[in-house]
Amino acid sequence: MMQSSINSRNSIWKGVDWVTILIYLALALFGWVNIYGACYTFEQSSIFSFSNPAGKQFVWILSALVMGLVVLLIDEKLYDILGYWMYAAIIVLLLITPFLANDTKGSMSWIDLGPLKLQPAEFAKFVTAIAVAKYMSRYGYSVRSWRDLVIPFCLIGVPMVIIMIWQKETGSALVFAAFLLVFYTQGMNGKVLLYGFLAILVVVVILKLQIIPDAWIDKVLMPHQRARIEVVLGIRKDPMGYGYNVAQSLIAIGSGRFFGKGFLQGTQTKLSFVPEQHTDFIFCTVGEEWGFVGTFAVIALYVGLILRIIYLAQRQRDLFSQIYAYSVASILFVHFTINIGMVIGLLPVIGIPLPFFSYGGSSFWGFTLLLFILLRMDGSRINKMH
Amino acid sequence: MINPQYYKRAYVLGGIVVAVALVFVGRLFYLQVIDTSTKDKADGNALVRQTIYPSRGLIYDRNDSLIVFNQPVYDVMIVVKEMRKGFDTLSFCHAMQISREQFEERMSEVCDRRRNRGYSAYVPQLFWGMLSKEDVAAVQERLFNFAGVSVRKRTLRDYVYPSAAHIVGSVGEVNRQDLESDSYYAIGDYSGRDGIERQYEVLLRGKKGVEVLMRDSKGRIQGSYHNGELDYSAESGTDLQLTIDIRLQQLAEDLLQGKMGSAVAIEPKTGEVLAMVSVPSWDPHSLVGRQRSKNYAALLNDPHKPLMNRAVQAQYPPGSTFKLIQALVGLQTGAITPSTLYGCNGPGSTPIKCTHHHGSPVSLEAGIEQSCNPYFWQAYRDILEQHGYGKNNAIFRRTYDHWRDLVVSFGFAQRFESDISNQVTGSIPRAKTFTRIYGETGWRAITIRSLSIGQGEILVTPLQLANEAACIANSGYYMTPHLVRPLPTMPAIERHQTGVDSCHFDVVQRGMARVMTNGTGRWYNIPELQMCGKTGTVQNPHGKDHAIFIGFAPLDDPQIAVAVVVENAGFGATWACPVATMMMEKYLTDSISRPDLYDRIRSAHFINTQAQ
Repeated sequence: MMQSSINSRNSIWKGVDWVTILIYLALALFGWVNIYGACYTFEQSSIFSFSNPAGKQFVWILSALVMGLVVLLIDEKLYDILGYWMYAAIIVLLLITPFLANDTKGSMSWIDLGPLKLQPAEFAKFVTAIAVAKYMSRYGYSVRSWRDLVIPFCLIGVPMVIIMIWQKETGSALVFAAFLLVFYTQGMNGKVLLYGFLAILVVVVILKLQIIPDAWIDKVLMPHQRARIEVVLGIRKDPMGYGYNVAQSLIAIGSGRFFGKGFLQGTQTKLSFVPEQHTDFIFCTVGEEWGFVGTFAVIALYVGLILRIIYLAQRQRDLFSQIYAYSVASILFVHFTINIGMVIGLLPVIGIPLPFFSYGGSSFWGFTLLLFILLRMDGSRINKMH
Repeated sequence: MINPQYYKRAYVLGGIVVAVALVFVGRLFYLQVIDTSTKDKADGNALVRQTIYPSRGLIYDRNDSLIVFNQPVYDVMIVVKEMRKGFDTLSFCHAMQISREQFEERMSEVCDRRRNRGYSAYVPQLFWGMLSKEDVAAVQERLFNFAGVSVRKRTLRDYVYPSAAHIVGSVGEVNRQDLESDSYYAIGDYSGRDGIERQYEVLLRGKKGVEVLMRDSKGRIQGSYHNGELDYSAESGTDLQLTIDIRLQQLAEDLLQGKMGSAVAIEPKTGEVLAMVSVPSWDPHSLVGRQRSKNYAALLNDPHKPLMNRAVQAQYPPGSTFKLIQALVGLQTGAITPSTLYGCNGPGSTPIKCTHHHGSPVSLEAGIEQSCNPYFWQAYRDILEQHGYGKNNAIFRRTYDHWRDLVVSFGFAQRFESDISNQVTGSIPRAKTFTRIYGETGWRAITIRSLSIGQGEILVTPLQLANEAACIANSGYYMTPHLVRPLPTMPAIERHQTGVDSCHFDVVQRGMARVMTNGTGRWYNIPELQMCGKTGTVQNPHGKDHAIFIGFAPLDDPQIAVAVVVENAGFGATWACPVATMMMEKYLTDSISRPDLYDRIRSAHFINTQAQ
């Protein structure tokens, strides 16, 4: 065939989905600008200076782009072949991380490599997605059979439990619930999603009514987790304690009004009233300095990206790529929902980053790998016609 | 392979994504467009409006001697929220030189919203105010040890002389009324509470400046907001020049110490008050700073009422000094002439006996010189009866009111519209007042005979008495008495013509000169100063008589008019006259030629006799 005689290097550039890449670049760029804004302290160094987070983020973005380029050049069959090995490797890495980690804010999820701090949990997401996709795309697999669901649940359950209990990173662990959406797209009974949602609702109502003895709750939830949930539910009024982040975040976003205070003009974000300003709470810098216009644009970009990925999933020719694509869409969606929901005070404070936007090398690299593996699969789907 | 059966589930997933996004957009629309409270909260978080206090205007006397100036004091401020984290209370107490109990007590006061309105744990609160530089040094040096503690510099009033307390007034913390009526003030600000400080508050206070600063979440100042575009600098208050001669004021206060009463001196041609003394008084230093409230309470509870400014708030019958007014009104109405003679039977006179021994009959000049009661009773009778009584006493009553109008034109029974605060009006009754008491036909000249010699229902203030002397010195007019030299922006001092033509004053002035040469003032006269005066002894139903003197000098070109009242002292000639003559001498020659007299008057005490 004429087409197959063209070397794979050219074909990937033709097939790659530029819409996704453009949205990805837009988010990364706008995120980078806002990280600079969030960390600006009036006697600021340049946006490229390595002494501030924005300068470092620039390095993470550049290196991630190189990484993405490499991923686009690697044959996607590699993931099919090495899927379980990669999974095994990341589980081992997750297990040994607490031994290599120094305790950062009560979590033990960081590996210190000199100038570089890696958070293996960020990479566990795409590796798990590969493993799940590989298993579920086996011949004769049916997600409607409960027996067939055991292994996928184990695949997502093991890293989840390790991250939650061993590394004490509840937020990152919760993200693995995203795979429920993936199972749903593959035919899992929709009632499972519905029941899951109802279960959460019931828990919320029960907590809100405060009919459970405190001792029981304390067995399940850590005190700070309980406090965060109670703040969102309005049970606990605590603008200076656990509610502080959220209260200040809402003030920051609200004070931006429609058009925002302007780039670098935010007082809430500059003067560190909002903690975790450039990482988990980066969205409130958008709200303060770019106003409703900015927050709407960011939400539109995410919705565009996720819908685009769902569209990509639908056009895949093989199940492995499709399941992986749905995984990417679901993971991004859960991050988007939890992060922005938290920043605008609709959800409890759960510390997970906003994909491609928040400051952080591991998370930016992890999400870039997640996305670009999909782009590689999607870019070479034409070849699979044969 | 891909199972097309579940193809549509992608749309459900997409629908969930869009639904969540819509919820978010709705929430953001509410937060950023509808809810308007957050903008203020953000500003309240980040912006600190730091007040820059202007220095209050200085006060000088008429000869440019500084009287009132400013001294720096220091307030120790605390931000309670920042103190809580491991605050070293022990060494803070040590630096402040207070006990642990005092610290705890003050802290509970500061944190109690009922006692400390507007308390916020995040905003600096006054912990200990008005410390001297020395007191605050220990804290200031170790400020870095005490998180949440800062020192604020302010100014308080200070005084060169321990005098003129009533005139100058004092400065104290604003009360709730001030806060409500004038938005300029903030809690803890100072304002003039009385006297000149209050009267000229708006000029003296200047204008506060504001520096808008940004602070971070820990309250650390990060710099000015918008490059200081919203800042404005403080404007110092306007300096004032009093009409007071502080040396004269001091002399008068000195002479009147240990007594109750008042002395007022006026420059007749201008209405400038040269001295205004009320005793007992207080040292203005005592109402400054930390001791203010304690000392103020003591003054408030003092049975001798030192806070009362007797120069304008005490009312006395004018006694014999009123005979000068009777003479002038008599001349003006034509009831008497300079050559009118009246007989006097000395102590045997009726209906009013004479307290002096002199020949009879007497002329007007001699009547003034001898302060002859029968003369002025007869003159008064002739003033009131000159048109007869008429039907229903109507003509008499009209004549009385005409007499009253002429008396009032000398500044009696009214407040002067000037910067002298707390004036009372005094009183000269109208005809209708007597009609109310006695009925239309029930009263005649004889009924109100005591008015003829300044007793009875007439009440005047020492300031009005001094103004009477100024009217006579000016031969018929007075300038509104005032305490501050008008600034260009202020209205000019008004001139008031009395109802008595200037041609009638000559004989009265000569009579006053004879009082000093031959009459009741002769023991204290200084001939070369051409003093004119009139003594008075006012019957006091509550105790010993009040001594009164009014006068002016020199006769040819009056420079100073004086009134002196010494309560419970006895004869005006003995106690009030020497004070007045020494004041005139001091002002005209800047010296005291009679040190023995000075010492005798100074050391006399009448203050305890009030208990009788």
